[in-house]
Amino acid sequence: MTPLMRMLREMVRIRTVETALAELYRDKQEMRTPTHFSVGQEATAVGVCSALRPDDRVYSGHRSHAPYLAKGGDLHAMVAELHGKRTGCAGGRGGSMHLIDPKVGFMAASILGETIAVGTGTAWASVMRGSDEVTAVFFGDGAAEEGVFHESLNFAALHNLPVLLVCENNGYSITSPLTARQPRGTTVWERARGYGVSSALVDGNDVEAVHDAAVEAVRLCRRGRGPYLLELTTRRLLEHVGPHPDRDAEHGAETDVRTRSCPVVRASNALRSADLGCESPDRVVDRWRQEAEQEVRLAVEAARAAPFPSTSTLLDGVHHS
Amino acid sequence: MRELTYAQAISEATVQCMAADPSVFVAGQNVDDEKGTHGTTREAFEAFGPSRVIDVPNAENAFAGIALGTAAAGMRPLVVHTRADFMLLAMDSVINLASKWRYVYGDPAGVPLVMRGVVGRGWGQGATHSQSLQSVFGHFPGLRVATPATPADAKGLIISALQGRDPVVLLENRGLYSLKGEVPEEAVPVPFGRGRVARRGDDVTIVAASLMAHEAERAADLLADVGVSAEVLDPRSVRPLDGGLIMSSVARTGHLVVADTSWAPFGFSAEVAAIVAENVPGALRSPVVRVTPPDCPAPVSFPLEEAFHPDAERIARACLTALRLDASEFRTPRPITAGFSGPF
Repeated sequence: MTPLMRMLREMVRIRTVETALAELYRDKQEMRTPTHFSVGQEATAVGVCSALRPDDRVYSGHRSHAPYLAKGGDLHAMVAELHGKRTGCAGGRGGSMHLIDPKVGFMAASILGETIAVGTGTAWASVMRGSDEVTAVFFGDGAAEEGVFHESLNFAALHNLPVLLVCENNGYSITSPLTARQPRGTTVWERARGYGVSSALVDGNDVEAVHDAAVEAVRLCRRGRGPYLLELTTRRLLEHVGPHPDRDAEHGAETDVRTRSCPVVRASNALRSADLGCESPDRVVDRWRQEAEQEVRLAVEAARAAPFPSTSTLLDGVHHS
Repeated sequence: MRELTYAQAISEATVQCMAADPSVFVAGQNVDDEKGTHGTTREAFEAFGPSRVIDVPNAENAFAGIALGTAAAGMRPLVVHTRADFMLLAMDSVINLASKWRYVYGDPAGVPLVMRGVVGRGWGQGATHSQSLQSVFGHFPGLRVATPATPADAKGLIISALQGRDPVVLLENRGLYSLKGEVPEEAVPVPFGRGRVARRGDDVTIVAASLMAHEAERAADLLADVGVSAEVLDPRSVRPLDGGLIMSSVARTGHLVVADTSWAPFGFSAEVAAIVAENVPGALRSPVVRVTPPDCPAPVSFPLEEAFHPDAERIARACLTALRLDASEFRTPRPITAGFSGPF
C-alpha cells in the first residue's frame, strides 16, 4: 500500500467513525459529553501522525478525536469514554475533551491552549533524558491567541526543544471568524518566526502536503533543531461543538467551498489518478468505509453494553494511594 | 540534634532529593543566582549545575504547564516562585490540569508537579507581594498544600512532595527563612495530613499554620503569664487537613481560636471552624474566634502594615475573648518577621 493509500484509509476511517458517532450523538443522546467532532479536519491529524514514530508523543486540544485515532488510540476505549463507561480510555471521567492513551503515545487532550505548554514540557523531558522522541501538539487558531502559546514558543525556542506545534487553523473560534480575532495581515506561522521558531504554512486539507511538511519538521526537531510550527489551513464541516452541520447564517455561503475542499474527497481524487493495478479506487475506498462502519458499530455496541463506573468509585484516584 | 535554619533545611532537602533521584530538577526565576531564592537553591545549583537548577523566563502560565509536561514524561520538577502571588498566573495548568490529572484521565502515573511559593511580609511588601494563598489552593481536590512552620517540617514536607506522586504546593513564609531549629540529617519525609502539637495546653485550642504557628506560641507565652494554658496546633498541611487532631483538642479545651495569614471569608480559618462545628458542635463552650487580616488588601505604609498583619497579641486577646476573660495589658512581643531587616 502506498503512503497516500495508507493515509486515505486512515482518513476514511476517522471520517466514518466521526460521522457515525455524530449521528448517534444527535439521535440517541447517550454520549453526554460536549464533543468537538473532527469531521473535515482529518488530513491535519493523519498527515502529521503518519510522520511520527510510535514512541513519539502527541497532545491535542479539545478537538481531539482525529489526533487520538491517527496516533493509534484505541477506538473502543474512545467510544466507551464518550458514553461515560468504565471501559473508557479515562474510565468515563474525562469525556471527549480528556482522551488519553499513553500506550500509543497519545499523552492527553485538554481544552484550548493548555497542552501547548504541556507538550513543550514533555519535549523538554526528552532532552533532559537524552532520548530523541518528538512531541507534537495539536491546537486551533483560537488557542494561538492565548498567552500560553506565546510563553511556550519563547521557552521552546530558547531551549531548541523537539516540539512540533501544529496549529489547525479552521478559521473560526466557535463562531468568531479569524478576522474578528487576529489583526489583518498577520499570521500564526509568521508570528512563530518572531520567536525564532521555524515554521511553514501548508494547505491542511492536502494530506500529502501535510505529511511532507511534517516529515521535514520532525526531522529537524529530532536533530535538535526544533521547535517547529506548522500552520495548517482547514475547515470544520460540523458546528464548533455538537453533531450538526456548521450552517450558521454567516457561514452558509461557504458550505460549497468547504465541501469541495474536503480532504477525503481530495485524497480520493488523487488516488483515482494513481495506478492501483486491477482494483478501482472507488471500490477500495468503499471497502475501507464499510470496514470502518463495522468497526465503529462494534465499538458502539461494546460501549453501550459496558457498565457505568460504580458510584462507590466516585472518590477514587484523587490522590495516589 | 544539629540545628539548621529553615532556608538551610529546604536547601538540604532539595540537594538530598536531587542526589537520590536524577529525575528531580529545580526551575524558577533566578534560582541560579547568588542569592538562590533566599539561600534555598544555591547549594543545589553548585552541586548539580545549570542543567538541573534552571533559570526560566517570566512565563508562570506556560511554565506550570511545561513543568507538568515534564512530570507527565517521568521527571520530578520542583518549581520555585519567588512570590507566591505570581502563582495566580499559573492557575490554569495547576488547577485545570495538574490537580485533576490523575482523576480525570484515570492515569495512575499522575503528575508529581511540586511548586514552592514564597509568601512575603514586612518591608512594605504590600498588596501583591504578601498574599497567603493556602485557602485558594486548598479548595481544589487533587492538590496537596503544605505550610511548613519549622525547619524540620520544611525539610520533611519537601521530601514527601518529591518522593510522592501528586501535585503539591508548598507555601513558605519569608519571615521563617532565618528561623533555626533541630533538623534530622537524613532524608526523613514528613507525611501530609498529620498535624503537630506545637504547645500542649488545656484551656483553649489555637490552630495556626506557617508563620502564625510561631505567633500562636508567643501568644501562648503571654497567656501563660495570666494563668491561661493554650494548646497550639500546627496543621503542617492544609490539604489534607488533620481534622482529628483539631477535634480531639477542642473536645478537651472547649474553646477554639484560629489564626491565619489569609483572609477569613471562605478561608482556612473558616474550614477549621466548619470542621469543628460539623463534627463536635457540643464541644464548643464559646463561639469560635478567627484572627485573620482585616478584609482589605495588604497596605504598604508601615503603620498600616503593622495594623494589617495578625500577631501574637491579637491571638492572645482572641483567646481571652473566647474564654470571656478581661483583656489584660500584654507586653507586645517581638514579631517573628523582625528577623527580616530589609531592605528588599
